Amino acid sequence: MFWKLTLAIALGFILGAVALGFLPLLWLGFGQAFHIDDYLPRVVVFTLKQAFLSTLLSVAIALPVALALARRQFFGREALLRIFSVPLALPAIVAILGIVGVYGNSGPFGGLFSIYGLKGILLAHVFFNMPLAVRLMLTRLESIPAENFRLAAQLNFSAGQVFRFIEWPQLASALMGIASLIFLLCTASFAVVLILGGGPQATTLEVAIYQSLRLDFDPARASILALAQLVTCGLLVLVAGQFAREIQVVPPTLARTRRWDGKSRFSKILDGLLIALGIVIVVPPILSVILSGIGSIRPDGSLFWASATSLLIGLASASLSIALGWVLAETAARQPRTFLKSVITLACLASLIMPPAVLATGWFVTLSPLADMSRYAIFLVIILNALMALPFVWSPLYPAITDSVQRHDRLCSSLGLSGLARFKLIDLPVLRKPLGLAFLMAVIVSLGDLSAITLFGSDSLVTLPALIFRQMGNYRMNDAAGTALVLAAFCFALITIAQRWSQSHDHT
Amino acid sequence: MITLENVGFRYEDMVMNFNLQVAKGELVGIIGPSGAGKSTLLSLIAGFDDPVSGRISIGGADMEGVAPDQRPVSMIFQDHNSFAHLDVWTNVALGISADLKLDTQQHERVDEALTRVGLSDFKARKATELSGGERQRIAIARALVRDKPVLLLDEPFTALGPALRRDMLDLIREIQVERKLTILMVTHQPEDARYAASRIAFVQNGRIAHVLPTKQFFAASAPVEISAYLRG
Repeated sequence: MFWKLTLAIALGFILGAVALGFLPLLWLGFGQAFHIDDYLPRVVVFTLKQAFLSTLLSVAIALPVALALARRQFFGREALLRIFSVPLALPAIVAILGIVGVYGNSGPFGGLFSIYGLKGILLAHVFFNMPLAVRLMLTRLESIPAENFRLAAQLNFSAGQVFRFIEWPQLASALMGIASLIFLLCTASFAVVLILGGGPQATTLEVAIYQSLRLDFDPARASILALAQLVTCGLLVLVAGQFAREIQVVPPTLARTRRWDGKSRFSKILDGLLIALGIVIVVPPILSVILSGIGSIRPDGSLFWASATSLLIGLASASLSIALGWVLAETAARQPRTFLKSVITLACLASLIMPPAVLATGWFVTLSPLADMSRYAIFLVIILNALMALPFVWSPLYPAITDSVQRHDRLCSSLGLSGLARFKLIDLPVLRKPLGLAFLMAVIVSLGDLSAITLFGSDSLVTLPALIFRQMGNYRMNDAAGTALVLAAFCFALITIAQRWSQSHDHT
Repeated sequence: MITLENVGFRYEDMVMNFNLQVAKGELVGIIGPSGAGKSTLLSLIAGFDDPVSGRISIGGADMEGVAPDQRPVSMIFQDHNSFAHLDVWTNVALGISADLKLDTQQHERVDEALTRVGLSDFKARKATELSGGERQRIAIARALVRDKPVLLLDEPFTALGPALRRDMLDLIREIQVERKLTILMVTHQPEDARYAASRIAFVQNGRIAHVLPTKQFFAASAPVEISAYLRG
């Protein structure tokens, strides 16, 4: 009874939020359907084009880099792989600031090309996704059984034959998933395009929605764009999501497989160059964030308030996200009916299909005639952040709860253990680890969020990413660098805690 | 045929030292507790691991610095002996030439080997479609086409049922006689060694503690640590 009630509340909350975002779009969008100018197709084409090129570049660079890293063992390899995980952990706006610091006009690589427009977007997306692809590919390569390389050594395989018979078959099955995941990330990419996109020539649906809503005050156009984004993302998740679901990151094994290929001088030099290429792409922007941030932190009121706001929103949205995810996972894990189960799963992944800008547009259209938006802005940001974090909460929580349900339910009911007693004695201790992890993930998602806060934020509601965005907009790059370092420090503190937490031993 | 003199190796905290003499045409079983160094012994002979000291020679030739593919050795592992995405025929043909350019005579050799191990009807099947026993037959067929005088078996039949293991051991013994192979076989099933081996080496704590003729190995008079191991 308790679970049924909470399920109804949680599911109702999510579906209500989605409906509130979706229905006005349909209403308004169809009303406008005959007024589509060439702006919409142009934006759709650019959205897909930049995502396609970003994916192609990221995967094409990652493939040889991953092969080289799998072949070689050298001092600092593990450290390098840790650095490769930084780009995705950094809040997007912080990373972008680093990229501008390196490739912008005043940066050490400045003047190579203009980083505003398509080139800049591609550069940033490669910075984020190439290392991700490398790590995903390495996971696959390192799971190749040692016997395969022994057999290759005995049969005197050349480098090409090792690739053809061993490495490629292992990678091929994962490549589609990796590419799909990157394509999805790039399609919904907001901060990169918002900052590096150059006007209507280089804008994506997600950013165009924001521009229509907040800059042009044109909810009707925003609705059409949001519908287009909904259809695009929905189709992509349906198609690409199938592939993307199969991939997983497994921590690298310490016992490395010995290999006999790549002994020639040429191969050593080539691998060295490839690994250097990876370093050149990933390391300078990170260094730039640290170096230009260190001297620039100005502990003034705005930084303090933005930090406090970020943390408040982060904690609140993470709590909401956990509450929703937990209730839904508990029900889904006990649910024999597959229909309800898939409804729940879909509800948790709603923010992937309906990106924040789409939901925000609907809320905006519905709520703005009813009330002064700025008074409720903080709640809308919290709810939107919570929905955005839900997939990240779901993925550690659901398997853990399913496991716990299978292991404990019968024993608990035979002992008559239920309600609060069971919660305190069984569920809380068993789920401590995944819950903590999910909570931290949710806080990190919210801390780095730029889309919800730019869609609903105002002068009186400024989070750290929003503050950086404002400072960049006013060309106060030093202040922005300082703020970015503070934000990065928050995120890494949380990530470190999360890692410690997930590696700590269970006491169950 | 195979001589190991004071062959030293270190794996994590374990220091190993092996001495062993195997005559041509012998089938020597290698038995001992898990982690005693049985598989390492084979890896050293195959060239997958390099000894830190001592000398390994095969057929009178010193193996120091000789790459795995240059050694007169074929090896069959417990698992992963075939490339799952390739068909059976290709998996065997790789034993002749890694670039798969085979002349007519080599073609026939692959076909013959497949017939010999009873896989002639499975040539076009993917390795994944085969049962565990059939997959190990691929490895045996490849060893046949490679035609090296030494065959190393690292628990090759552990995953198979008793009757099937017997069949595979029979096949190995027939091939051994036909080709005059020298075989070392690591196994966890003492009865397998008893059935196939002429001598048995007992490996313990990184050393070959005893090498005995099979009959003596299983006799009541065997050294106490052997009977302790056999009784579990």
